[in-house]
Amino acid sequence: MTTTRTAPALETAKRVAAQVTDPEMPMLTLADLGVLRDVAVEDDAVTVTITPTYSGCPAMATMRDDLVHRLLDHGFDDVRVRVALTPAWSSDWISERGRQALRDHGLSAPGPAPAAGGPVPLTLRPTRRDLACPRCGSSATAVTSEFGPTACKAMYRCEDCLEPFEHVKEI
Amino acid sequence: MTDHDNAYEGLLGGDDSQWAFGTDFEDPLAGVDTTIADGVDPAGLAAYCLMLGDDALVYSHRLSQWASNAPDLEDDIALANIALDLLGQARLLLARAAAADPTVVPVLPEGSPVPAEDALAFFRDEAGFRNVRLVEPEDADFGVTVARLLLFSTYRLALLERLRSSNDTVLAAIATKGVKEVAYHRDYAARWFLTLAQGTDESRRRLLAGLAVVWPLRAELFETHPVEATAAEEAFGVDPAVVADEVDLLLEQVLSVSGVERPDVRPTGPLGRGAGRDGRHTEAMGRMLAEMQVVARAHPQGRW
Repeated sequence: MTTTRTAPALETAKRVAAQVTDPEMPMLTLADLGVLRDVAVEDDAVTVTITPTYSGCPAMATMRDDLVHRLLDHGFDDVRVRVALTPAWSSDWISERGRQALRDHGLSAPGPAPAAGGPVPLTLRPTRRDLACPRCGSSATAVTSEFGPTACKAMYRCEDCLEPFEHVKEI
Repeated sequence: MTDHDNAYEGLLGGDDSQWAFGTDFEDPLAGVDTTIADGVDPAGLAAYCLMLGDDALVYSHRLSQWASNAPDLEDDIALANIALDLLGQARLLLARAAAADPTVVPVLPEGSPVPAEDALAFFRDEAGFRNVRLVEPEDADFGVTVARLLLFSTYRLALLERLRSSNDTVLAAIATKGVKEVAYHRDYAARWFLTLAQGTDESRRRLLAGLAVVWPLRAELFETHPVEATAAEEAFGVDPAVVADEVDLLLEQVLSVSGVERPDVRPTGPLGRGAGRDGRHTEAMGRMLAEMQVVARAHPQGRW
């Protein structure tokens, strides 16, 4: 009988958790970012599983608090957030809707992540990426820094419209 | 109701759905299975995690000292990002050490809210740290920073690549994520190395001076400590001697493209009975720890 009682609760919990947004990139939900790994309900207790994008991502604590508070606001009394370290987050997990949301807000979405496993080759030249300026669509872009305002972004400049923009890195 | 005219409303107290100034998210391994594999000695696993964690922690602090001081804004942000990645790795590794063997965690006054990994970072004395001495010297110049980051990230990436197949699932997961991060650190360092070496006479002079500062501390990275030997035997860790050739080959690649000769300097010998992995550190370490730990030690009951 537990299933019939918790099934609607599970649907609600999943819906509420999926709508929580990333604190640094609020145009993305945690589901679109691929950080939300699982939502489970058992005996009225909700367990949400999230995974960090980068080891030191300071947004993890905020994400966790936002999930707890949103679920508490929707009537769940017992909310736990677990961390999953495996499999490691990949930018490939950003949904198509998330990619569109990034572009709509002037950010460049990541290309395919490099294959995992084996030794990582050393690159002495800036990483070549096939990007389009999210403002004017020009493909004449130049990287200004592989590191940006958050752990997951690189900085670019459009050579045509001259506007700087952020690119979500491939990992 | 939130009073939108008052920026302080909701920051202190207020209703339960408001938060600011930190959270109570204290366990970075919440919900992670920290069971230890058969045949692995928990004390050995903890000691090994402290070594890798302390390398990352101490170096992270050094790199963070560039914040607002780097040559330009992009590099300020880059170095802060690298420091943050390493701090994240350190936090997970120290938490892993504490979960494997709680006796490594310094005992704090009754009722202290300090989590285990913070107790390890802020309440151990110098002799309790297990980092290699390479991460200790001050970054007196950007040339030192670039040379050291190249050595450190090449070494750490080689270790983490192998640690991905550790029989400790937590260590393997930390390494898998770390590889992706440190690959970016190494590329950043290698490109700056080449740029400084082939830039102006002044940039080249300062890079060579920086390389001479850190090169003597390179040999220590590949000396097998008994803890590391056991780690390799029990298949949860890596004997650093195994990666020496590979690291050397990668460094040679950068040096030759940059037209830089290996410095003709003698390796720094051990201090008394041992080196960094034994808790024997250079003079710079004590000053750095004093700065890093002073606030936490002054307020062992503090909530942040």
